[in-house]
Amino acid sequence: MITKAIKHGLTLAVVMSFLVGCSGANTTKEQPPVETTTPEQTTSVEETAPLTSVVYFDFDQYALTAESRAVLLAHSDKLKGASVAVRLEGHADERGSREYNMALGEKRANAVRDFLVTQGVSGSSLEVVSFGEEQPAATGHEESSWSQNRRVEVKY
Amino acid sequence: MRYILFVLLSLLALGVSAQMNNVIVTQTVQNPTKIAIVPFGWSGGRLPEDIPSIMRNDFRFSGQFEPISPDRMLAFPTAEVAVHYRDWKVLGAEYLLIGSITQEAGRYYATYSLFDVIQQKTVLSQLRVDGTESQLRDIAHRISDKVYETITGIRGIFSTKLIYVEAYARPQNYKLMLSDIDGARQQLLHSSRYPILSPIWSPKTGQRVAYVSFEANNKPAVYVMDIATKRRQQLTSFKGLNGAPSWSPDEQKLAMVLSKDGNPEIYVMNVLTRQLERITNHFAIDSEPTWSADGAALFFTSDRGGKPQIYQVTLATKQQERVTFDGDYNARSRVSPDGKSLVVLNKRPGGNYHIAAQDLKTGNLRILSETNLDESPSIAPNGAMLMYATRSGGKGVLAAVSLDARVKILQPPKQGDVREPAWSPFFN
Repeated sequence: MITKAIKHGLTLAVVMSFLVGCSGANTTKEQPPVETTTPEQTTSVEETAPLTSVVYFDFDQYALTAESRAVLLAHSDKLKGASVAVRLEGHADERGSREYNMALGEKRANAVRDFLVTQGVSGSSLEVVSFGEEQPAATGHEESSWSQNRRVEVKY
Repeated sequence: MRYILFVLLSLLALGVSAQMNNVIVTQTVQNPTKIAIVPFGWSGGRLPEDIPSIMRNDFRFSGQFEPISPDRMLAFPTAEVAVHYRDWKVLGAEYLLIGSITQEAGRYYATYSLFDVIQQKTVLSQLRVDGTESQLRDIAHRISDKVYETITGIRGIFSTKLIYVEAYARPQNYKLMLSDIDGARQQLLHSSRYPILSPIWSPKTGQRVAYVSFEANNKPAVYVMDIATKRRQQLTSFKGLNGAPSWSPDEQKLAMVLSKDGNPEIYVMNVLTRQLERITNHFAIDSEPTWSADGAALFFTSDRGGKPQIYQVTLATKQQERVTFDGDYNARSRVSPDGKSLVVLNKRPGGNYHIAAQDLKTGNLRILSETNLDESPSIAPNGAMLMYATRSGGKGVLAAVSLDARVKILQPPKQGDVREPAWSPFFN
């Protein structure tokens, strides 16, 4: 009886130490970075390498933050007249279920699309795709990575 | 001193056996039934598969049995006449399984008997299973199923199979894999450098698998594959989301999520005619449909209430009602085969993502898993256990938990990140 308990206890201890070794719960609340790449002023959009801009979202939200709107305003000026195809790629962090995160990514990209349209960008030039949690920008398992993954990438 | 040595040796033995047997049973039922599975009689050379060893592994995986190691056995009877109950009582065995294998014209015949050691009586006498050499593992699982069902009254799942996704980074690659439920005979169904997710077995025949793949222009589409031939068919190519396929119980329809009409909504597609019927119409996210046991309703995930919760829609009337109330996140539901429980991915405020089971009658929700960042539960066809995906040792791995939460299992890591398990139905 006792040896069996010890056996089980030791197995549990081995497994526990195994599991503890990997849990890196580091919850530092950092502001997600807002990146913008600005192309050269004179060249037409098609001549430069694909331009990307990223806007970020709060957990389980698809509403645009004030910062996101500011970033997108800058882009909408460039896109208004030009006849370029723009891809809006929506993403989510890894938490929760995969298919729900697909829908979340799409709702985020839709929010960006709808905003650009209100700014006068042609809706037909905006293509929305969601990758859910499948293409993370950061692969850690805590908020500093998750906040980088809740995003929409504007590619044109 | 001897105590410590014994403990160290036990640890070593356990470590080795955990490796060989492939799973770590982190929690068993309180007093697992001790079963002695004796090496089978066999007159030929070395058999390509060790049938009793496969069976011991099956019984360990159940979390309800504790197989006795052959190292401790005092005798190795292969026929009833050679059985002396005192040899087994002394080991604490409650059941004894013996047998022998013969070969005739390229076919293998296993004969086995089961004894109740406590009551000292024969339970199963000289039952026979046969098969080809490539079916030796199936013979073992068939015996495990029969013995398990005889003792517990529950149908065994040892002959069932698993489909899962294995993901690699640098370079990015996704594999849709098939294996036996004990992890053996892994087989590649499909490989792609684009994401693969949401595999789901056809529930009646187990002949097909539906899944989502991004291989068509890096955009999601629903595919159906015939598992035996690996021939696949792209079923959808709508603009926007094409995802979360779920087979109706009769395999005639696939519920899915499409956003072609502007928003993620639930649709039902007739697999043969491709005719579509729209089920939901709400500006919130509606996704992850799953059929009720009787095929009359769908459960699905919706954030129409502000956060993801499970709702139910009666297909005849389109009437919808909320089902989950415990937790600030409930998604990815699956119905137990008896229709009584709803298994979900649940999170309570301030808590972690766990697999939980809700009693559909009382509404009572119970957390089942203790691991973190859990997702994608898939229920065994006997309703006793479920497989899900989690993280351990820095990798995506599979784990299992019984629906009464008494048994907990962790699968060992594979080369890639393992995720999205889909448990097969019974194969008749």
